[in-house]
Amino acid sequence: MQEFDLEAEGLRALNSALHAQNNDTNQTAWEILNPKGSHAIAVGLDAPIDVTVKGSTGYYCGGMNQQANIHVAGSVGPGVAENMMSGTVVIDGDASQYAGATGHGGTLVIKGNASSRCGISMKGIDIIVHGNVGHMSAFMAQSGNLVVCGDAGDALGDSIYEARLFVRGSVKSLGADCIEKEMRPEHLAILADLLDRGGVDADPSEFKRYGSARKLYNFNIDNAY
Amino acid sequence: MTQNKTDGPPRTVPIQSATFSGSVNAEIRRAAATGIYDIRGGGAKRKLPHFDDLLFLGASMSRYPLEGYREKCETSVTLGTRYAAKPIELDIPITIAGMSFGALSGPAKEALGRGATLAGTSTTTGDGGMTVEERGHSNKLVYQYLPSRYGMNPNDLRKADAIEIVVGQGAKPGGGGMLLGQKISDRVAEMRNLPKGIDQRSACRHPDWTGPDDLEIKILELREITNWQVPIYIKVGGARPYFDTTLAIKAGADVVVLDGMQGGTAATQDVFIEHVGQPILACIREAVRALQDLGMHREVQLIVSGGVRTGADVAKCMALGADAVAIGTAALIALGDNDPRWEDEYQKLGTTAGAYDDWHEGQDPAGITTQDPDLMARFDPIEGGRRLNNYLKVMTLEAQTIARACGKNHLHNLEPEDLCAITMEAAAMARIPLAGTDWYPGKPGTSY
Ligand SMILES: Cc1cc2nc3c(=O)[nH]c(=O)nc-3n(C[C@H](O)[C@H](O)[C@H](O)COP(=O)(O)O)c2cc1C
Repeated sequence: MQEFDLEAEGLRALNSALHAQNNDTNQTAWEILNPKGSHAIAVGLDAPIDVTVKGSTGYYCGGMNQQANIHVAGSVGPGVAENMMSGTVVIDGDASQYAGATGHGGTLVIKGNASSRCGISMKGIDIIVHGNVGHMSAFMAQSGNLVVCGDAGDALGDSIYEARLFVRGSVKSLGADCIEKEMRPEHLAILADLLDRGGVDADPSEFKRYGSARKLYNFNIDNAY
Repeated sequence: MTQNKTDGPPRTVPIQSATFSGSVNAEIRRAAATGIYDIRGGGAKRKLPHFDDLLFLGASMSRYPLEGYREKCETSVTLGTRYAAKPIELDIPITIAGMSFGALSGPAKEALGRGATLAGTSTTTGDGGMTVEERGHSNKLVYQYLPSRYGMNPNDLRKADAIEIVVGQGAKPGGGGMLLGQKISDRVAEMRNLPKGIDQRSACRHPDWTGPDDLEIKILELREITNWQVPIYIKVGGARPYFDTTLAIKAGADVVVLDGMQGGTAATQDVFIEHVGQPILACIREAVRALQDLGMHREVQLIVSGGVRTGADVAKCMALGADAVAIGTAALIALGDNDPRWEDEYQKLGTTAGAYDDWHEGQDPAGITTQDPDLMARFDPIEGGRRLNNYLKVMTLEAQTIARACGKNHLHNLEPEDLCAITMEAAAMARIPLAGTDWYPGKPGTSY
């Protein structure tokens, strides 16, 4: 186990040490102490390592992650795991705005609540939120899955493309072109797998599925707002 | 003349309205028939105060010129000296602006890379991500970080020689992008992670930061990911250049890219292109003032664009305080866009060479702004690269000719004192004395 005191050694030293790891590294377990809300912790990683952050972080923790498993034993600021490509990021607490924004792949698990714009412009990432998500979540979401075990705020899935949204609780309102869709057996199977990966003990049949009505895909004046 | 046609009292001749001109009325009819605004490529087509409204004074009794092409006149520029470990060193201060793959074909991107590399300058990706063609053929490649994040991935980010965060574009400050369904080939769709054939909107604001304070943290993240190696540019449209430049510097930019309203676009609403933003001539001095007020002029470099066509334009930008320029439209024309040799085909498309701007429709006879394999095959990227290199060389020679005439041994030594303005508007916007006077509107110490 590599222990790293962020307060003592600084952000640059931390990210350089993590970037120095490659696929063959034998330093596979890292613990980051004293994050104290710092920004850009463990960004741009590209190695199969486990990183635990002992405390809460600022913006963009785990940004653009590839391969690594990042676990935050605390809450995270805006843009956690933004543009993630692969690997997993697990947050024990809550996440601020734009969690998982533009993520292309990998899995983001938020055990608390996520604020507004969770999964904005997502491009293939899977996001599992144990609690609620704020307004404008999955705005312009292109692909991937967003699972919300609690409630969703206003304008869920506004201008959504092909991402799948699963919500167990209430949805305050749906955004432009987002509609409720039939939950077919294949969706239940996809959701069961997501819940399993997110460590959620819930029955897939309690969820509703939302997605694109595909009415805004090609310009039509009658759909202009 | 209708006056003498018939007997009876004289009649007035038909008078066309200057307000409701033929083209205005045609647009009203087009709107009434279709119910959709006009979308097109290119930049503002209206006449605007521009670099043509400035002249160089040249050397005279009190200024000593340099000899023709023999005495040295340097053209190099280094971009990104503020924070980056590896600033970008260019032989000439003329860069190729970001133009999206999707809007342009793969071979066109390749040609831009080839031409820029031959000329010793950089080229820039665009919306839709980095293609292997352009990375492979560009010695210096600037990677755009755009609101859509189409094709954005850390592997390409790390391959970039600089990162350009696009906040806005001169053609549409405050607007996003649009790639209509007909141009979405399999390759474009795959890079953007969207279904084929649907309109692809590029968001107008970034998904994970909202203002300059957030942007500062975003820049920290990008620097951490790329280990503080490469410069980070911020590109803004010509909206509020003094404040935009100030805030870009505050957010941590190494380079500010400022694009005026003449700047080209691949596809935007005509109303946006013609009615939003300021001409580049009005923006440069304001941006330079911001840099100077913060003590950052030449420390943070300024690249300007929007209607740069000639070496004279380059020299004028430099004299007004820019470190380099970027060209988009002119580079496409050098590659063969809007060439009269395709006139028959332009006619079939209801237009004419020089006016063709429906780049979003993907039917470009010159094979540049298209994804159609047959049209693309008309364009030879090696020949295109050669032409672009020639053109960049000519622009550089022209700028040097002017600089030598002004007694400057480096393009960067050109200064506002080398210029005069021939219109009141240009004098006011560029803060350059009106020809024959020592005055410009708003000059401190004058009351009018
Ligand atoms: C075909 C085309 C595509 C463009 N695509 C982008 C783009 O993806 N991102 C961007 O920031 N600017 C884009 N631009 C704008 C250019 O980067 C640049 O600001 C502009 O072309 C400069 O003005 P000029 O065309 O008068 O030289 C595009 C311009 C053109 C002509």
